[in-house]
Amino acid sequence: MRLPAVIAKRLVYALVLLFAVLVLNFTLIHLAPGDVAETIAGEAGGASPEMLAQIRKDYGLDLPFLEQLYRYIEKVVQGDFGYSFYFDRPVTSVIFENVWPTLLLVVSSLLIAILFGTFLGVFAARRPNGLLSQAITVLALLGYALPVFWTGIMLVILFASFIPLFPTSGMDAGPLGASGFGYVWEVLHHLTLPVVTLSTIYLAFYSRLSRASMMDVLGADYIRTARAKGLGERVVVFKHALRNAVLPVVTFAGLQFGALFSGAVLVEAVFSWPGLGTLAFDSILRRDTPTLLGILFFSALIVIVANLLTDLAYRLVDPRIKSAARA
Amino acid sequence: MLRKFGMAALTAAAALHAAPAIAADMPKKGGTLVMITSQDPRHFNPAVQSGIATMGPGAHIFASLVRADAKWNIKPYLATSWTTSADGKSVTFKLRKNAKFSDGKPITSADVKFSIEIQKANHPFKTSLGAVTGVEAPDAHTVVVRLKHPHPALLLAMSTSIVPIIPKHVYGDGQNPKTHPRNSKNVVSSGAYILKEYKRGRHILLERNPNYFLKGRPYMDRIVYRIIRDSSSQVIAMERGEGNLAPYMAEVASIVRLKKSDKLVVTDQGYAGIGPVTWLAFNTKEGPTADVRVRRAIAYAIDRKFITEQLHRGVSTAATGPIVPGSPFYTKEVETYELDLKKAEALLDEAGHKKKADGTRLELTIDYIPFGPDVQQRIAEYARSALKKIGIKITVRNSPDFPTWARRISTWQFQMTMDLPFNWGDPVIGVHRSYLCNNVKKVIWSNTQQYCNREVDKILEAAGKETDQAKRRALYVKFQQILARDLPVYWIAVLPFHTAYDKNLGNPPLTIWGVISSMDDIYWKKQPK
Repeated sequence: MRLPAVIAKRLVYALVLLFAVLVLNFTLIHLAPGDVAETIAGEAGGASPEMLAQIRKDYGLDLPFLEQLYRYIEKVVQGDFGYSFYFDRPVTSVIFENVWPTLLLVVSSLLIAILFGTFLGVFAARRPNGLLSQAITVLALLGYALPVFWTGIMLVILFASFIPLFPTSGMDAGPLGASGFGYVWEVLHHLTLPVVTLSTIYLAFYSRLSRASMMDVLGADYIRTARAKGLGERVVVFKHALRNAVLPVVTFAGLQFGALFSGAVLVEAVFSWPGLGTLAFDSILRRDTPTLLGILFFSALIVIVANLLTDLAYRLVDPRIKSAARA
Repeated sequence: MLRKFGMAALTAAAALHAAPAIAADMPKKGGTLVMITSQDPRHFNPAVQSGIATMGPGAHIFASLVRADAKWNIKPYLATSWTTSADGKSVTFKLRKNAKFSDGKPITSADVKFSIEIQKANHPFKTSLGAVTGVEAPDAHTVVVRLKHPHPALLLAMSTSIVPIIPKHVYGDGQNPKTHPRNSKNVVSSGAYILKEYKRGRHILLERNPNYFLKGRPYMDRIVYRIIRDSSSQVIAMERGEGNLAPYMAEVASIVRLKKSDKLVVTDQGYAGIGPVTWLAFNTKEGPTADVRVRRAIAYAIDRKFITEQLHRGVSTAATGPIVPGSPFYTKEVETYELDLKKAEALLDEAGHKKKADGTRLELTIDYIPFGPDVQQRIAEYARSALKKIGIKITVRNSPDFPTWARRISTWQFQMTMDLPFNWGDPVIGVHRSYLCNNVKKVIWSNTQQYCNREVDKILEAAGKETDQAKRRALYVKFQQILARDLPVYWIAVLPFHTAYDKNLGNPPLTIWGVISSMDDIYWKKQPK
């Protein structure tokens, strides 16, 4: 298939998916007991029945379910994501405030996981029974098995409390922090532990994946040929083998972008990272439906874009795909 | 155990003794106070929103007519004096003449009148100003509050951000005050600090209000609230000095750990006003708990001492009735249901719940609020094992989140539940609501126990209007005694709320309202590095 056709097809899928995301989630959160009026009353330390009725009326929560859903979809189609019940602000502005920290966290974790994971995998594959390879395997299994929030808390205790190298939480030093380049440094400093936490699990995954893939490739005929030609080991491994071995890594990177988002919820909670994850989590607990749906919509959008980019990257890494499509 | 208790008492005593010594020093101006909180306010207008998240910063931003000290005495603030008429049905306040808002406009009686009216129409605590029928402003600096009947709770309600003074020229523009855009942006303040910046989930920055009507105050240049949700991260931030003051610490492990720090003072002072209590509520209309004998049996089998001394490691105190021990109306002269399993079993026999072959008598459920595990879930779990001893099989029902729990309780679909309503100063505001017949409603934190006793109603009605403090106390004593007998609720403990603060801070917020106050007198004895 030609590239424009691929993109067009993807876009149609995307629309169907987004619609399903909205309808399904709207229904699911509606099934949960309690509503935002009770949350607001709870945080206020109590409220009168009249006040609860008023909140429900203000936000249309007293309407029949299908009417609420219809009204919501109608608005979204017009590009209006509605008003957050809880924050009394347009949903888009609430989300916009929180999306950048999450993107920063997720993208840097993914990059680090891919880079280091692949590198470790390649190392392990070269001497599959060596000490280093075994160590990497153990580390990878550990990283994959440990719950991400536990890793986070342990890192905080170790590197923020016991050896105070990094800050415990937050994204910057707050209003008293630095500005300009100092601020960039400050954010990087705060970013370190959350990124290490979130990338650990994926780093483990990619190192396993690239190790297996690399071992496969290293046994192939063309590698033997390359060696027979007298090419140096470095050229064989990094030029001939790695480029072929990296394909599954790219595939999974795209697929896992969505999973990274869900991991980010826990990491953000541990490190008080002011991102979409915490906001989504709180919105569920508060029954703040418009905010939650807005977040899910934008997350779905980001994942769709990521998958599309993966597809393109795939074509770039493996020319066979392009030629296969042409034939 | 005794030793642990002694230690706690000693620390508290040390903190109390330290206070006068500090006051003798000359407070120094300048510096920044960093507070650690897990609370993200919806906005900063406490006239239309209650709850500690808004009320704390709200009290730094907006002045109130009066304030309260650590012993429930009412002190002048925006009002310099006040007089109550002989019939108790009108209260006249004299305002400061030099007071200005942060935008330079004068604070006048028109603003006070406006604030009281907005509060009365919108605030969730309906009873706080429920008796107010009208407000008059005979001149720019006099306010007369007219009452349906004497309302002794008035001054206490006005001593904190339950009744903040907000600018009429900002909020009087006809927009809905609950969703007013100026509730969180460009807030014009009448109090010690100005809201400079609010980044949701990250921090709140408050700066000194240069137009503040008390000259020379506040001492701090800035107050920063850092929002940290995870409690272990909060503890580490305090240990590292990233935070200087952490209020509302309720996790036993955190409190015990911070008490070991030699840089911090950890105290339970400052929470008498909000009066936080954790209790086990009964459904008094449906099921076995409709029988008072079953409720009493349960009370005899649950050991408050075990909860406060073992479960809470000595950092909480027992609650014996509907009014918290810190209140001037509290009495300990009530039935306290000391642990007595024999009595409990006899009561169950009497109620017709005989022991079956498998040793059980009846089955019940306990719900709990899914946060603050030390004061909710763990007590419910302890109750399960404690009640097993008298043959009651308990199922602890968990709720994944607050709305789920709230829906179960507010629709009366429960047998027993852990709960933590606050007293909120005067009993009229936070106590009456849980026991009045006419407040049996399908709303959370009303009388969801569905308890109704006409005699109690009469006492509470009289106590709500009684202006003579001694007579009023006598009424509340009687109320507590009847309640402890009828037992619609088994009160368990005062929440172990603690404040941890840097030793170098002078005038820490230890009045009855704690950090829900102006914080205009806190200062650095020695600036942190």
